[in-house]
Amino acid sequence: MYNIVKKTFLTPTICLMEVEDPRIASAAQPGQFLIVRARPQGERIPLTICDYNREKGTVTIVIQIIGASSRMICALEEGESFTDFVGPLGQPSDFVKEDDGQIEGRRYLFVAGGLGTAPVYPQAKYLFERGAKVDVIVGAKTADMVILEKEMSAVCDNLYICTDDGSKGTRGLVTEKIKALLAEGKKYDQAVAIGPMIMMKFTTLTLKETGIPLVVSLNTLMVDGTGMCGGCRVTVGGRNRFACVEGPEFNAYEVDFDEAMRRQTMYKPQEIEADHKCRIGRDK
Amino acid sequence: MKRIPVREQAPEVRAHNFDEVCFGYNEEEALLEASRCLNCREPRCMQKCPVSVKIPRFIEQIRNKDFAAAAETISQDSSLPAICGRVCPQETQCEGNCVLGVKGEPVAIGKLERFVADWSRDNKIKVAHAAPLNGKKVAIVGSGPSGLACASDLARMGYDVTIFEVLHKAGGVLQYGIPEFRLPKEKVVEPEIENVKALGVKIETNVVVGRTVTIDDLLEKEGFSAVFVGSGAGLPRFMNIPGENFNGVFSANEFLTRNNLMRAFSPESDTPVYIGKKVAVVGGGNVAMDAARTALRLGSEVTVVYRRTEKELPARAEEVHHALEEGIVFNMLTNPVEILGDEKGWVRGLRCVRMQLGEPDASGRRSPVEVPGSQFDIEADVVIMALGTSPNPLIASTTAGLQTERHGCIVASEDGATSRRGVFAGGDAVTGAATVILAMGAGRRAAAAIHKYLSE
Ligand SMILES: Cc1cc2nc3c(=O)[nH]c(=O)nc-3n(C[C@H](O)[C@H](O)[C@H](O)COP(=O)(O)OP(=O)(O)OC[C@H]3O[C@@H](n4cnc5c(N)ncnc54)[C@H](O)[C@@H]3O)c2cc1C
Ligand code: FES
Repeated sequence: MYNIVKKTFLTPTICLMEVEDPRIASAAQPGQFLIVRARPQGERIPLTICDYNREKGTVTIVIQIIGASSRMICALEEGESFTDFVGPLGQPSDFVKEDDGQIEGRRYLFVAGGLGTAPVYPQAKYLFERGAKVDVIVGAKTADMVILEKEMSAVCDNLYICTDDGSKGTRGLVTEKIKALLAEGKKYDQAVAIGPMIMMKFTTLTLKETGIPLVVSLNTLMVDGTGMCGGCRVTVGGRNRFACVEGPEFNAYEVDFDEAMRRQTMYKPQEIEADHKCRIGRDK
Repeated sequence: MKRIPVREQAPEVRAHNFDEVCFGYNEEEALLEASRCLNCREPRCMQKCPVSVKIPRFIEQIRNKDFAAAAETISQDSSLPAICGRVCPQETQCEGNCVLGVKGEPVAIGKLERFVADWSRDNKIKVAHAAPLNGKKVAIVGSGPSGLACASDLARMGYDVTIFEVLHKAGGVLQYGIPEFRLPKEKVVEPEIENVKALGVKIETNVVVGRTVTIDDLLEKEGFSAVFVGSGAGLPRFMNIPGENFNGVFSANEFLTRNNLMRAFSPESDTPVYIGKKVAVVGGGNVAMDAARTALRLGSEVTVVYRRTEKELPARAEEVHHALEEGIVFNMLTNPVEILGDEKGWVRGLRCVRMQLGEPDASGRRSPVEVPGSQFDIEADVVIMALGTSPNPLIASTTAGLQTERHGCIVASEDGATSRRGVFAGGDAVTGAATVILAMGAGRRAAAAIHKYLSE
């Protein structure tokens, strides 16, 4: 169970894994996530579902090494297994509930920041296959942090890449690219932004005046991912919502991003310490 | 003769460790305590036991030093005796109704049950008897006490039973909620679950019923003839007061799950837990006591804030007593109105008002009313909300035709039948947060009803 059938590093710190789990593979929908544990004393780590193959019974996940637990996940090799692998969790994206006829011809703008490219991929693919018009902006720090470029270009009409240092695509932030596209006269019926909280916040501010509906996927802290702990709570539309069961996708214009960003830092000191220990352990 | 006192870790020692507080009776103590039972002809204790354990009978067997027989007697009605002996509210059930309690102290039925269960585990007595398979499959959602009890009974009747559990470990609240110092996981919970498995029950963890598979999939595609839903009441409530999302405010479920299921108190665990200097716990039930005593053991100074008086505390009497001994401060007749934060959004205190008990309402319960102008602040850098939980809506929202009521509780009859044919439910999922033994009782009644349904 939960066997890793394929592992590749997309960048030196971002790893893609294809994992066997027939039940999840047959149930997964765009917008959903899963929770994994890499070892018996491991943390429960939420990861978005990047792709699923119902015939092969596998799901694809993409992990970035940002701390002790993600480092441990990326240390697992092909042929090894996760200790635990559970999902799909959360609500599928709204468009999954719609008829294919409604989707056809609708104009989508996806804004993906860094690792956010992974969860954008299944959504773009789902919509593109059903005849939607799909534009994707991918933002990354540098050229070698851009992931899934080939896969993404196969499932959208236009792929725009921006990097902070201009080493690939346009130099600058995704928000500048959004403004540029709108200034060119591009029209969208729906936008979706997935990436670091700060990038989603500024995308929201940028799109607010345009009246284009915007959905964001919130990567809050989570423990169980089933609605049991409330650690993932966010304020949306002035109400407390549990991102793991009512989300992870919400109407961006109603999200309290500042609170969400602050809550993400709850365990920062412990995480830094754990990662430090983990590296020391590894270097010995 | 007086009730035999039970040996415990000294409060000042146990306040710094997660080992079990109570050592339980040894053989000699158990024999002495058992000799206090009058073996009433019409045992009042049994009337108050939700699963009708034959109490006088097993106590008599203890007295005869036939502990294996006592274990067998209990196992006819309870599949989790080492757990119930530790966590049941005996004072309002069996012991609360014991004749000896009228003038003096009741027989320590819970401690005797625990003695028998621990003895039989340590001596590897096999009490579980599986039956030959009858060829019918039953699925159970949730591995808490209701699911485990239902599964055991069905397995004993020959059903092929699979429990689906969303978390990575079986046990429900026994695993994620109730702390190690009250209910040791490796020593007590896991062996009792192993006993259930020894009957042939399969447990599949990491399966979210409603997402990984639906109840309809189980019935239509996976060949199960009936389903029992024992998914509990895991959804934590908050007060909806200002400041509840400041950093440092947790639901008791989050705080306890990090410590119990994820074992964050141990340096081996990768899961972090935030340890406050001063912790305020809001609530007065078992959950509040468990959160408070866990925080204390992690090194915090702890205050419990409760809006009624000590008399109304819904927690088990023993837990309140232990909490007081360990140095937890109780602020009774106190209700939070706001959580105070610093400029960075981290908790710095709890603004409260004093309450007084008003006139009794129609049900005779005196509800607390605010004392005007009584506002005051409690210093705290962590606030834990233990205000109760409701059933998770996931199952109901993904199962067509499954009726629920106001608080999301699944509507079910006394024997667990729901509005969907072939789907039964019981435990906290039906009643809202209650007790281990009530959940077990519901699981057992549902097992009988499922048997009847599948024999028709
Ligand atoms: C901290 C705490 C302390 C307590 N102390 C006591 C005490 O001292 N004495 C006492 O008698 N009672 C106590 N209780 C109450 C008692 O634990 C519960 O009443 C009892 O566990 C309910 O049993 P259950 O089987 O209905 O549900 P639970 O024990 O809640 O088990 C439900 C299980 O179902 C799983 N589940 C939920 N949804 C799904 C799904 N969709 N798919 C798969 N699995 C799912 C959950 O993960 C869980 O494991 C306490 C509760 C808490 C939280
Ligand atoms: S992660 Fe625990 S409730 Fe959402």
